[in-house]
Amino acid sequence: MPPEAVTGHWGSEGARRQAAYLGMWVFIATEVLLFAGLFTAYGVYRSVYPEVFRAAQLTMNVGLGTLNTFLLVTSSVLVALAVHAVREDRPGLGGVLLLAAALLGVVFLGVKGVEYAQHVKDGGLPGAAYRFGEVPRVGASLFFTLYFLLTGLHAVHVTVGVGVLTVLGVRSAGGAFGAESATPVELGGMYWHLVDVIWLFVYPILYLS
Amino acid sequence: MSPPAAESYLTDGRTLWSWLTTHDHKRIGLMFLGLTLSFFFLGGVFALALRIELLTPGRTIMGHLAYNRMFTLHGVTMVWLFMIPAIPSAFGNFLVPLMIGARDVAFPRLNLASVYLYVLGASVTLWGMFEGGADTGWTFYTPYSTTTGTAVLPVLLGVFIIGFSTILTGLNFIATVHTLRAPGLTWMKLPLFVWAIYGTSIIQVLATPVLGMVLVLVALERVVDAGIFDPARGGDPLLFQHLFWFYSHPAVYIMVLPSMGVISEAVSAFSRKNAFSYRMVVYSTLGIAFVGFFTWGHHMFASGQSTFGSGAFGAMSMLVAIFTAIKIFSWMGTLYRGSIAMEAPLFYTLGFMFFLFFGGMIGVAYATTSLNLHWHDTYSVVAHFHFIMVGATVMAFLAALHYWFPKMSGRCFPGRLANGAAVLIIFGFIATFVPQFLLGNMGMPRRYADYPPHFQSLHVASTAGASLLAFGFVCIAGYLAWSLRYGAVAGNNPWGSEGFEWKSASPPPTHNFPVTPEFPTGPHEYAREEVPHAA
Ligand code: HEM
Ligand SMILES: [Cu+2]
Repeated sequence: MPPEAVTGHWGSEGARRQAAYLGMWVFIATEVLLFAGLFTAYGVYRSVYPEVFRAAQLTMNVGLGTLNTFLLVTSSVLVALAVHAVREDRPGLGGVLLLAAALLGVVFLGVKGVEYAQHVKDGGLPGAAYRFGEVPRVGASLFFTLYFLLTGLHAVHVTVGVGVLTVLGVRSAGGAFGAESATPVELGGMYWHLVDVIWLFVYPILYLS
Repeated sequence: MSPPAAESYLTDGRTLWSWLTTHDHKRIGLMFLGLTLSFFFLGGVFALALRIELLTPGRTIMGHLAYNRMFTLHGVTMVWLFMIPAIPSAFGNFLVPLMIGARDVAFPRLNLASVYLYVLGASVTLWGMFEGGADTGWTFYTPYSTTTGTAVLPVLLGVFIIGFSTILTGLNFIATVHTLRAPGLTWMKLPLFVWAIYGTSIIQVLATPVLGMVLVLVALERVVDAGIFDPARGGDPLLFQHLFWFYSHPAVYIMVLPSMGVISEAVSAFSRKNAFSYRMVVYSTLGIAFVGFFTWGHHMFASGQSTFGSGAFGAMSMLVAIFTAIKIFSWMGTLYRGSIAMEAPLFYTLGFMFFLFFGGMIGVAYATTSLNLHWHDTYSVVAHFHFIMVGATVMAFLAALHYWFPKMSGRCFPGRLANGAAVLIIFGFIATFVPQFLLGNMGMPRRYADYPPHFQSLHVASTAGASLLAFGFVCIAGYLAWSLRYGAVAGNNPWGSEGFEWKSASPPPTHNFPVTPEFPTGPHEYAREEVPHAA
């Protein structure tokens, strides 16, 4: 262990919390920029092929997309409640809420899988594999490529998030967190809200026109 | 009770394992230094091979495909494996916590992870090289990069992974500078090197994800033939260029901003004066970091973008030049009437200032559409960016290596030998790249293995210069390796510098300071009278 005087500055709980928060915000900024590249590509091609993109959007399963939006928003609310519970020193309740949110994430992924299966059946695949007769190939294959990229990358984030929430939920239920040590739950919550917010951009541009 | 602290971070645990699992920012910095130096060597070998091929017209030592692969590997290694990480990841890691009076960076484990990510990315890239290597150039322009049959995928993947390493390092520095400054160390007292690393980190964090995404898109294009950048499928290759340069223009400032930080430190230390107009230097650092994001279009003047776009991008580019000029004035103002100590770091500093000025002025000329169209994709572009990237980054890297060598190793190096090598390097550099400006102006295109005979004399001059450079590097490697063992023991502050990092022992102990340090004065504040100076 280093001498006390040094820990007093570096190791102080306040400085560590502040660093963790800032780190998370910066990380969130990089995540947003990662998606920004895809949103840019989407915007560019939508302005190049406005009709084709609108036609392609009409073939999306709005019902399932909306269901997924509902699932994610609900789970985000649960996570917010979990953070609140842990701050109030009720880690048991927090753990249950976190696990419930993770479960909704799993359902989200299941619904996504159903949608993907439908696209595969229709031939609405990315790039060269595209063979969906209803919409002209040039432009529509780009739409579907971007659709799969955006939702796929988002699904990767959901998967990671489910893992994070599960670990946090189990540990919280075991009493690992509390009013004094809520930071991991707060950070995990921030990550999950990010996943939610990104979906709130992905959903309208892909499903609604 | 805790055992007494070990004498220095170097002796605290001597096993290989203690290095591979360390969370000590100094050891991590040193590991990055070793890694980046190895890739600098590799990239240098590729460069010499290129220069030898260009010694005579026609085939000299390799065919055209081999040449294309060679310059791609040279570019990829130098840009992503050496220049981007070299100063921030190696020197930044070592020095930033020392300079702000912290015990370590904010996220030590993340820091170690970034070393491993770098190693992983570098290995994947190397693997691609052994698979034959890509032949696209470091810019991976589509549609060529999506259709060529060479090993583009592993190189893309490697660069993608290295990008993550860069992001983690940047994230770590931002959090460190914000939250771990010693009590009383306000923002306007931060050493200029810390400011430079901070500005660089912001660029890294904001720009690198976009590069990551565009690399994924190219990879996808190769794997599933997605068509995003392929006009035949409705895509647009120019979108690639926009996204690529949105990252890569700021990336050139990722390479040059840390250098500017090193130079600010060295100028103060070797003229024994406080930095001239400190605040302006800080603001110009932030200005460069900001404006750098709005200049990418100056790489696309020849792509058919609108005249208005070209004009706007040109004007924004010139703004960067103004911020750079502010820094150059500050360094000159600091040197003016200082008590100058002509040590090796100052030689490199002066070289840096000259090359940055010269290369930057040429950059301003390029930002003028009409001149750009004459020089675009000729050797003079090659000369411009080597003037800036080699002339600035490598010079600053050498300045840093010499200035902080005693801090890191606790040893001094032979001063006269170092000065001789510095002169050699600077002359070798001029001899290598000035002929390339002339070649470009005469119409020699870049990325060609062959040329008509009347270009030969200038190519021979350039290759001769490159050999001189290489010899200079061998000398440096020789005496530094020698000094690690046999150099005179440095003592805590051999240069008599007022930089904050010298307030800890040299080499520093594991947790940097026995008690939280206080920095009552501003950075680099020199007393009026002479401080005794080591040879
Ligand atoms: C300060 C650090 C700078 C660095 C590290 C740098 C680096 C580079 C690099 C690497 C390239 C070549 C890219 C390629 O492979 O195609 C380049 C080209 C260019 N640079 Fe710079 N540059 C710097 C400053 C400037 C400034 C201040 C300006 C303008 C005011 C400028 C204007 C240009 C232009 C217009 C080109 C494109 C030339 C062409 O392809 O026709 N640069 N620079
Ligand atoms: Cu540029």
